[in-house]
Amino acid sequence: MAEIQEKEKGGGKGKQKKKSTHIDFTPMVDMNMLLITFFMLCTSLIKPQTMEIAMPSKDKVSEEEQNKVQDSRAITLILDGDDKIYYYLGEGDYENYQSLVETNYGPNGLRSLLLNRNKKVVEEMKELKKKRLDLQISEEEFTTQSTEIKKDKSSPVVMIKATDASNYKNLIDALDEMQICSISTYAIVDMSEGDEFLLENFKSKGALTKEIDTGNNTES
Amino acid sequence: MPKVKVKRKSTRIDMTAMSDVTVLLLTFFMLTSTFVQKEPVMVNTPSSVSEIKIPEANMLQVLVDPQGKVFLSLDKQEDRVAVLRAMGEEYGIEFTPEEVNKFKLAPSFGVPIQQMKSFLALSSEEQDRVLITKGIPCDSTSNQFKSWVSQARQHNRDLRIAIKADKTTPYPMIKNVMSSLQEIRENRYNLITSLKTVPADM
Repeated sequence: MAEIQEKEKGGGKGKQKKKSTHIDFTPMVDMNMLLITFFMLCTSLIKPQTMEIAMPSKDKVSEEEQNKVQDSRAITLILDGDDKIYYYLGEGDYENYQSLVETNYGPNGLRSLLLNRNKKVVEEMKELKKKRLDLQISEEEFTTQSTEIKKDKSSPVVMIKATDASNYKNLIDALDEMQICSISTYAIVDMSEGDEFLLENFKSKGALTKEIDTGNNTES
Repeated sequence: MPKVKVKRKSTRIDMTAMSDVTVLLLTFFMLTSTFVQKEPVMVNTPSSVSEIKIPEANMLQVLVDPQGKVFLSLDKQEDRVAVLRAMGEEYGIEFTPEEVNKFKLAPSFGVPIQQMKSFLALSSEEQDRVLITKGIPCDSTSNQFKSWVSQARQHNRDLRIAIKADKTTPYPMIKNVMSSLQEIRENRYNLITSLKTVPADM
């Protein structure tokens, strides 16, 4: 090797030859680069996130129990195809098609509605999060206090009803809004006949109610 | 005339520093990353603000593709073997040790149990090709998905169920899976999503 020869020249006569302790690292670098490439291609750095949900067990929940929710607190979301979303407050008004309101997944739609209805909890949560950021409270205190706050009796109860036309993304988006707006009680519920009627009625701008009305009139 | 000797400079570069850097990078990649699991279909998960990380072990992943086909993956080999044996018993199919061995090696599975024997006889490349056209039946007529999950649960109590579905999967398919899980009283499960940042003012 070139380096060794250079050293040899420098060595005086009679003196013991000093072998260079230099090791050529080029192959080592080559190998490491290969390994790095392998790891970069075959592994993923991001770990997927998860959302935890707990569904009610099928046998326990009866219709009556579902209806126990106070009308003033209940919000029902109906997720439809083409990323459309509708909501009504309390119990739907079958007479008036305008009880169902169309909104969107954006920050001005669903989120502002939920934030408005859940003002108290959101405010308290904001404060709590700020405290956590300033390291005033520990992570454990944060979780216990946040569950305490979320127990608030005035916070809305959201029922998420997805139609067959909606897709998984809609569902996740709706669930996501619940988390953003710190809503503690929400459930994924199947569409009932009443909801289908409301939706149809809304789409046809009250035609169904009229139909029923005229039907009743002819009968009487 | 004496020749003018041009002193040749050595073109050697000391690679030690370079080697140091690469070793550091290598260590970083080895420690922080996890191996990509082979999945039968590519799914595009929707994003959410949830920051809960997925648990490392004891996962039963339910993969739902955009057409609503259902695949399962179990991360432990012994679980996979036990579940296959139990499923064979339930449906009256006997699996030979070779078949069990082959089943053990693939992390995800998803063929109707009646076709499992012929599926396992295929070579692994053919298996990959066939697998994407199958999927575990999960409808009211034969709900094998339910049997798979409940058998897996019986063999491993600590199993966590996670649903990973494509953004565009129609809701009825998801509902099918969710209600099947509900029927066997699996009421707590995770939905796998990718990360989206929380709006700043929240």
